[in-house]
Amino acid sequence: MNTVTAEPVAQERSIARRRLLLVGLVGVVGLAFMLDIALGSVRIPLPAVADVLLGKSSGTVAWDFIISRIRVPKAITAVLVGCGLAVSGLQMQTLFRNPLAGPSVLGITAGAGLGVALVMLSAGSAASLYAIQQLGLGGSWLIVLAATLGAALVLLLVLAISARVRDNVVMLIVGVMIGNITLSIVSIWQYFSAPEQIQEYLLWTFGSLGGVTGPHLAVLAGVVVVGLGLAFASSKPLNALLLGENYARSMGLTVGRARLLIIASTSLLAGSITAFCGPIGFVGIAVPHLTRALLNTADHRWLIPGACLVGAGLTLLCDCLAQLPGSSTPLPINIITALVGAPVVIWVTLRRTLVRSSFS
Amino acid sequence: MMMASTPLLETQALVIGYTLGRAEQRHVAGPLNLALHPGDLVCLLGPNGAGKSTLMRTLAGLQPPLSGHVQIEQVDTQRVTAAELARKLSIVLTDRVEAGNLTVQELVTLGRYPHTGWLGNLNAHDQTVVQEALRATNTAQFAARRVATLSDGERQKVMLARALAQDTPVILLDEPTAHLDLPNRVQLMRLLHQLARQTQKAILLSTHELDLALQAADQVWLMHGQGQWHTGVPEDLVLSGTFEAAFARDGLAFDQATGTFVIHEAGTRAVHLEGSGPLAFWTRRALQREGFKLTTEPDAALRIALREQAGADRWVSYTAGQARAHHSIADLLAYLRSVPGLEAPQG
Repeated sequence: MNTVTAEPVAQERSIARRRLLLVGLVGVVGLAFMLDIALGSVRIPLPAVADVLLGKSSGTVAWDFIISRIRVPKAITAVLVGCGLAVSGLQMQTLFRNPLAGPSVLGITAGAGLGVALVMLSAGSAASLYAIQQLGLGGSWLIVLAATLGAALVLLLVLAISARVRDNVVMLIVGVMIGNITLSIVSIWQYFSAPEQIQEYLLWTFGSLGGVTGPHLAVLAGVVVVGLGLAFASSKPLNALLLGENYARSMGLTVGRARLLIIASTSLLAGSITAFCGPIGFVGIAVPHLTRALLNTADHRWLIPGACLVGAGLTLLCDCLAQLPGSSTPLPINIITALVGAPVVIWVTLRRTLVRSSFS
Repeated sequence: MMMASTPLLETQALVIGYTLGRAEQRHVAGPLNLALHPGDLVCLLGPNGAGKSTLMRTLAGLQPPLSGHVQIEQVDTQRVTAAELARKLSIVLTDRVEAGNLTVQELVTLGRYPHTGWLGNLNAHDQTVVQEALRATNTAQFAARRVATLSDGERQKVMLARALAQDTPVILLDEPTAHLDLPNRVQLMRLLHQLARQTQKAILLSTHELDLALQAADQVWLMHGQGQWHTGVPEDLVLSGTFEAAFARDGLAFDQATGTFVIHEAGTRAVHLEGSGPLAFWTRRALQREGFKLTTEPDAALRIALREQAGADRWVSYTAGQARAHHSIADLLAYLRSVPGLEAPQG
């Protein structure tokens, strides 16, 4: 009867492997964090970075200033963005049992875009563009506020519909449709706007990690932490939802309430991140797949911390790559995430059958 | 004499169906007054579309009844929370589970869902129940495999293990035998029967395996096509003709003597068969397939006598005064096809 004793051993081994991987990922995120701080228009050696992070002075006043005022907030933003988008993508993929779902499926990202478009295209002041690029000066609160309101508007609509809808498939279709309606309203606005205004809006859609400092960062961090907390609290319902809604309900899950919790968490994460950093694509769809393949599990108690680490690491590395061209203007983060992330996902998908079997 | 025990699950004037629009409802069956008693294995039988799955889902609280009540342990299921209900009733659905990268162990562990805390961690008792469920369903040997690598039959057993791990007094199973081969079907029915007796659980399963259900069920709930229903001990339903009526179709006849359905239309050519036992049984089956009608008239155009001693030519056919011995049924049938005047009617 060695099968009976062999199972727990195999299980413990795979748990030990997952622990080790998570610890390794923490290390990777740490390194990427340092590297992200070191790279930029001014290159700062890693020992100096470490010194400043440990509270000492690097010996150069300019470096101290750059690190503590610019680079560290940007790296923290990258971590928040990576965690938040990855986890909200994971939640959407499980809730809708769809490998192509991501934070944007509910139309919340589009809602934030609508808010920003309203401000930029109707007010039409060059000040807003200036505000985004000049690291969170007064006017950018306007953008954040507009994006938050837009996201919240769509969110309330989605939640109101979600309370009436019994079926997640219907919910998915409704979400995608709301997103499309929102985008077309933005398009109408663009159609009647001046080219300079459209350019401003386009720049916002490229995404940026650099504009979030001081009080902005505090607000973003607070919201993301709450969103991640809600997500982790819904790991058990998410696990039940893997078996489909009917089974989840038969095992005692109040599907409506769980869906509300999951959508609320996703909306907070995706809404706040889009409001502060623009619509950053790809991380939300790709990281859940990478995490599943890496940790070799479907259990959300592992996947949520795992997705946080993989998401943070990937976003930090993408931000490093955005600095590499050596010019003083880094590439927009949105370009890099897809350019780097997509081949990785293709590789993982082709190499492992796991990605496919997660949804069949 | 009805059973004295209080039913675990009871329905009162339950009408099942679907709400299609504001005022439009599709009535599937009812009003139903049904009862599941502890220790009973009940088979829910009925033709396709009779509403078996709808009844299952309504009993499990997955869809609301059009009217009437479902009570578990005297409490209306519409009034308890999903979590409370899940500690009293578990169900195996026909829904395909799309969670291919869960391991069997993880999937069965999910059955403990209503018993565990907010993060779903297991205590020692939960672990024991999971191991027990794996062992009882013979799935322990592939506990580490991923669900995606399982065959349909293995999946079904794993889903049953998950329901057992939920450890509820009432278990509902919607067509649990659909993908299983015969030995596994028999094993499953035996397991469920034992489980009901030993743990005093009430088990309701819907199935299309009529003969298996007739053998294993303590009670049969029979749903006809047009919303009618009957319940009773299987043998009573057979003898009263109720069973036959539920499945009545053109070209399908229920043979009360053997408890099986006859799939061939009654033939037109009479044959008289002399003999008994398994030899007569299988010969009769072959003749029916060929389109012969068995008759008690000894002076039929065709008469077949069986010899009991092994080794010899065991079949002797008599046609128009001609006697012939045959060493196998194949030989007998080949001969019958060649006799003029006996061949099957054309067109």
